Amino acid sequence: MYPDYLKASLEKVDQTRPRRLELAKSGKPVYPPMNAAEREDVLSKFHPDSAADARRPIRIGPNQGETLTTEISELLEAHSMVDPARMAPHLAKPDYETDLLIIGGGGAGCWAAITAMKNGINSLIATKLRLGDANSMMSEGGMQAAVSPTDSPARHYLDAIGGGHFDNKPELVRALTEDGPDVVRALENLGVMWDKMEDGSLQVLHGGGTSRRRMVSCRDYIGAIIMRTLMDEVENHPDKISVREFEPAVELLLDDQGRCAGAILYSLDTEQFLVVRAKATVIATGGFGRLHIRGFATTNHYGATGDGLVMAYRAGANLRFMDSVQYHPTGAIYPEQIAGFLITEKIRGAGGQPLNKHGELFVFPREPRDVESAAIIRECAAERGNGVDTAAGRTGVWLDSPIIDQIHGEGYTRHQFPGMCRAFDRYGIDITKRPMLIYPSLHYQNGGIEINERCETNIPGLFVAGEASGGVHGRNRLMGNSVLDYNVFGRRAGKYASEYAKSARLGSLSLAHVTAYAREMVDAGIESDLTSPVILPSYTPEDVRLQQMARLGNIPARHSLLRSRIGCGCGGKEAK
Amino acid sequence: MGGVRQTESASNPADDQGQPRTRMVTISIMGKRAQVPEDATIMRAIEHSGQQIIRGAGCREGFCGACGTLYRLPGDYRIHTGLACTTLVREGMSLSQIPSVPLEKAVYDLEQLSPDVDCIKRLYPATFRCVACGTCNKACPQGLQVMDYIQAAMRGDIAELMELSYDCVACGLCALRCPAEIIQHKVGILGKRLYGRYLRKESPELDARLQELKAGRFDGEYAELMSLGGEALSDRYYARDMEQ
Repeated sequence: MYPDYLKASLEKVDQTRPRRLELAKSGKPVYPPMNAAEREDVLSKFHPDSAADARRPIRIGPNQGETLTTEISELLEAHSMVDPARMAPHLAKPDYETDLLIIGGGGAGCWAAITAMKNGINSLIATKLRLGDANSMMSEGGMQAAVSPTDSPARHYLDAIGGGHFDNKPELVRALTEDGPDVVRALENLGVMWDKMEDGSLQVLHGGGTSRRRMVSCRDYIGAIIMRTLMDEVENHPDKISVREFEPAVELLLDDQGRCAGAILYSLDTEQFLVVRAKATVIATGGFGRLHIRGFATTNHYGATGDGLVMAYRAGANLRFMDSVQYHPTGAIYPEQIAGFLITEKIRGAGGQPLNKHGELFVFPREPRDVESAAIIRECAAERGNGVDTAAGRTGVWLDSPIIDQIHGEGYTRHQFPGMCRAFDRYGIDITKRPMLIYPSLHYQNGGIEINERCETNIPGLFVAGEASGGVHGRNRLMGNSVLDYNVFGRRAGKYASEYAKSARLGSLSLAHVTAYAREMVDAGIESDLTSPVILPSYTPEDVRLQQMARLGNIPARHSLLRSRIGCGCGGKEAK
Repeated sequence: MGGVRQTESASNPADDQGQPRTRMVTISIMGKRAQVPEDATIMRAIEHSGQQIIRGAGCREGFCGACGTLYRLPGDYRIHTGLACTTLVREGMSLSQIPSVPLEKAVYDLEQLSPDVDCIKRLYPATFRCVACGTCNKACPQGLQVMDYIQAAMRGDIAELMELSYDCVACGLCALRCPAEIIQHKVGILGKRLYGRYLRKESPELDARLQELKAGRFDGEYAELMSLGGEALSDRYYARDMEQ
């Protein structure tokens, strides 16, 4: 139920709907899309990345001197959890030996394991929480793939590279778009049930920045459907794929030739550091939403703390585009309990419209995400002051969902968006009758560890796939390209890493790079009380956290790890 | 609390700013009493009490099933179920998180299966112990008609099994409450995979596209686009036509 103070604005939304419905049915854009200059203008003034303190140079490591997102510079200019001197005796006696270590049990990690297995290589998946506990599980709206006769993979390439402001690595965009149709077929052969039309053709919808209808979907549960299918397949091969849960990796291991040779895992239960010796390693650790960049609430999974970036960077891997953060245009802001929750872009793909407090359109509903987000922030900023305020102190705009049934027919929303309906039904809001209140929410790590189309990094034996990688999306990812990304590059990582593992020879294991990195920090005069990777965010109240900090010597305290300065994402209020 | 008085915790973020305090309720978290904000979800309440959740939190948005929770309320004999991330606390609530459900998942080669009742019998024979009591329906935090999809599985109606288990988050609370000891959520996943693999409608346009890709039909277009410099590529991008 919406409270009384929102009634007047809600009535305006109802009043303008008939006119907006006519617009939607006219076949023309309901609001003029921005040209290049207009996009640049709104991004430079209102996108969170454009704030004066949003970025700062990093002082050490492979990207030294480059300007990165401030929180990422802090995360990388931090101490290792591991003391290399104390670990040294353990390196000679690995706890696990495997041909292929896969760090992360989300979509990319599972695909890498399945593909490597088909190529004759067994693997170990080490993951922070449970298998499948990943952002992959949470995607709602769809996956882009150029399957429609009106579309082509090359056109998908053009949409993706334009959405990324032409910074994307071309060979990665080609791999992404060219593999798309085969991923659709491979997934359905594993048992994914795509939404289809009466004649069997795949249902395709628009997403932000698409010039053709290209979004294939599983109602609004695409992530859950794909992820559970991949997990089930992994679990069907316990003799070939081992899974270690609640054992996140915290440092990579190199050998004496500088090749990646495995990793150190940290058991969340026993607090042991476990040594994995591996001929090849895939990082598939996902993104960083739980770092709550700039204090934003996030759509992300509990474990999304950018661990892969930290490990790879200390080992000498290059990062790309780590100066840009994706804010999803439509995160829920009411009710407070679901603040930050993802409202799928498929809502706008199906005709949903963002509206200001007067019930008026102010932006084309399907701009690329960074542009759409910046436009929403502009509408709410003091200059325009057209946002809707909640009692909990948030400001946002409406996302008109009732118009969807009016466009497509009654029952469409409940069938296509069961997850969204359920999320709001719990709080007495029927989104087929009432709009949702939304504001941009921290969503995606655009950049990451630089890879080529074989998922190789500049470190031999280290491969990266999915959100942890950088280059595919430039500085802005389009909707549906991340689901495609983890499928395409998870498969590629499995293929090329298993190929590499077949002929790899390893020398003795070493943590010399961690020692050298610590020295670099001292030499650069860096003082930090942060230990990274962060592993899990802390949502403990401030006073409890202060008492936890009383522990001497900054020794990581069980799982609380002092989570130090990472805020809760709600501007001082507690997170959801 | 016997003779001990716990002082008002400062764990109330509104305090310092001089705003009215959040109203608090008292609940029992896995046997330990705690005061938590009345508008908190169970997950937020556990964290408010100072615990770092390791097992029992995942996506935090109702998709992953990591945070299945059992609880009782004062004066109510019933066991209630919910996901900690989306269920609100209530005064006097007594709760336990159930982050893991013991079970044996059937191991199979999807390519060797057929979408029928024999497959269910072979892989999940306990399914046929269903006594149609409806306890699973009551246990489901998603409000699914779990019993109906188990009955569909017993009839070999894979399409119905898929449809009715579509929104399952695999928290496993149904399997824990089931007096017949069925593993409902795993039967649901099997049903969905069988449907996707064997009962889907075929998509001829996808076959055609895969043929085109195999024949290198787009190589020229790719080569051309990849050869374009910044401005030419930008011009091409902004000039592209839009499908309605």
